[in-house]
Amino acid sequence: MLEVKNVAKSFNLKNLDKGKFSVIRDACFNVNSGECVALIGNSGCGKSTLMRMIYGNYVCAEGQIYIDKENILDLKAIEMSILRKQKMGYVSQFLRVLPRVSTIDLVMEPLLDQFESRARAKDIAETLLSRLNLSSQLWHLSPLTFSGGEQQRVNIAIGFSKDYKLLLLDEPTASLDRENKKIVMDMISEKKEKGSAILGIFHDKEVRDKVCDREIDVSNFSAS
Amino acid sequence: MEQILKAKAINKKFGDVYACNNLSIELYTGEVVGIVGESGSGKSTLLNCLSGSLVPDGGNITYLDRDNNWLDLLSLPEPRKRNLLRTEWAFVHQNPRDGLRMAVSAGGNIGERLMAIGYRNYSQIRAEATEWIEKVEIDAIRLDDKPSIFSGGMQQRLQIAKNLITKPRLIFMDEPTGGLDVSVQARLLDLIRSLVRELGLSVIIVTHDLAVARFMANRLIVMKNGKIVETGLTDQVLDDPQHSYTQLLVSSILKV
Repeated sequence: MLEVKNVAKSFNLKNLDKGKFSVIRDACFNVNSGECVALIGNSGCGKSTLMRMIYGNYVCAEGQIYIDKENILDLKAIEMSILRKQKMGYVSQFLRVLPRVSTIDLVMEPLLDQFESRARAKDIAETLLSRLNLSSQLWHLSPLTFSGGEQQRVNIAIGFSKDYKLLLLDEPTASLDRENKKIVMDMISEKKEKGSAILGIFHDKEVRDKVCDREIDVSNFSAS
Repeated sequence: MEQILKAKAINKKFGDVYACNNLSIELYTGEVVGIVGESGSGKSTLLNCLSGSLVPDGGNITYLDRDNNWLDLLSLPEPRKRNLLRTEWAFVHQNPRDGLRMAVSAGGNIGERLMAIGYRNYSQIRAEATEWIEKVEIDAIRLDDKPSIFSGGMQQRLQIAKNLITKPRLIFMDEPTGGLDVSVQARLLDLIRSLVRELGLSVIIVTHDLAVARFMANRLIVMKNGKIVETGLTDQVLDDPQHSYTQLLVSSILKV
């Protein structure tokens, strides 16, 4: 489903002297459908950078990244935004949403993008939010006032509302308590069974052991 | 995925200064493109050229109309162009006074656009005007007041309601939320976003506010001195800017 080939990344801060930093070189790996793969390595070794190149919010100037046999580096911006909507979900550690939009509307948004009916989208969103132990009293509030753990669960609900072919998870369980962590692990396993390819960064070893089939050590691709 | 607007090699000079220097841009149906850059970079000039309110010195602009005909905008007869602006297009000006009739009531301002697309029933026009004025968070009892006695922010909201009520296919926006307080800004941005999704609208939005650009636009165009210095997916341009000017711009954002 996902194939990363000879990918390299450097940042070039043009307003600084010596602003060029090489982070990754020769990254090669793949993730199959129905499989969950963990990116591991020390903080700063380029795990999130690699993931962001796959999602397309970092520029990848070298190598190829295939999603469903299509090299995403050849796509125009409009084609990439369609590919994201159709095939790729991304759950980051941080919630970045428009203020004053209710939690339920945020979770429904990706479903409505795919022309699901409002009723069905609402149904799916409510089921997810209840499962993640977010009380229905909170559904009509903006999540920007929520606690860290609650915000993270909203983020997870947004990313898990559809059955994406590829799901990118950047520390999805970092600020969750035991009970909610277990729920998220179950949800990841279910997505695997439904055939999603999942690439994740999990600092929590227990989560990795439970849901991941393989590990890829990103420090092997380190450019320094 | 279908294009709706194509502009090639647009040039516009004021005196010796290029406001638009050989700019090409295409817009797809359902796409929101943000144009960002410092003041004087040519953003508004480009928008005005695209929407037909300025005639460029060179280049060509074509638009796919509702009946699937590509129209050459620079040679389009003036009445047809005005008709487009009243029906299929909308233009939200930076200064609401440019987009409103100040001596006509708020309801009249909104109703006018509905009448332009064929509404004739008074109570229906009034009902829709009431619905929209409330959508932009103006109290419905103000419907019969003239916008000249509205605050600047209310005028801007009225202008947005007036433009969106006819559900145009293509919307040009020049700093649409510039003078608004942030709570209203968030509500309006959400309203525009849901309309884009529900109706498949295409939008070109000029802004110098990168936070607005991030929430609204699928794609960003960064301008400096009349040229496009960078373009790409919005989050890519903001998270991993390539051009030195964009890097400076992004690194200068104040965080609250």
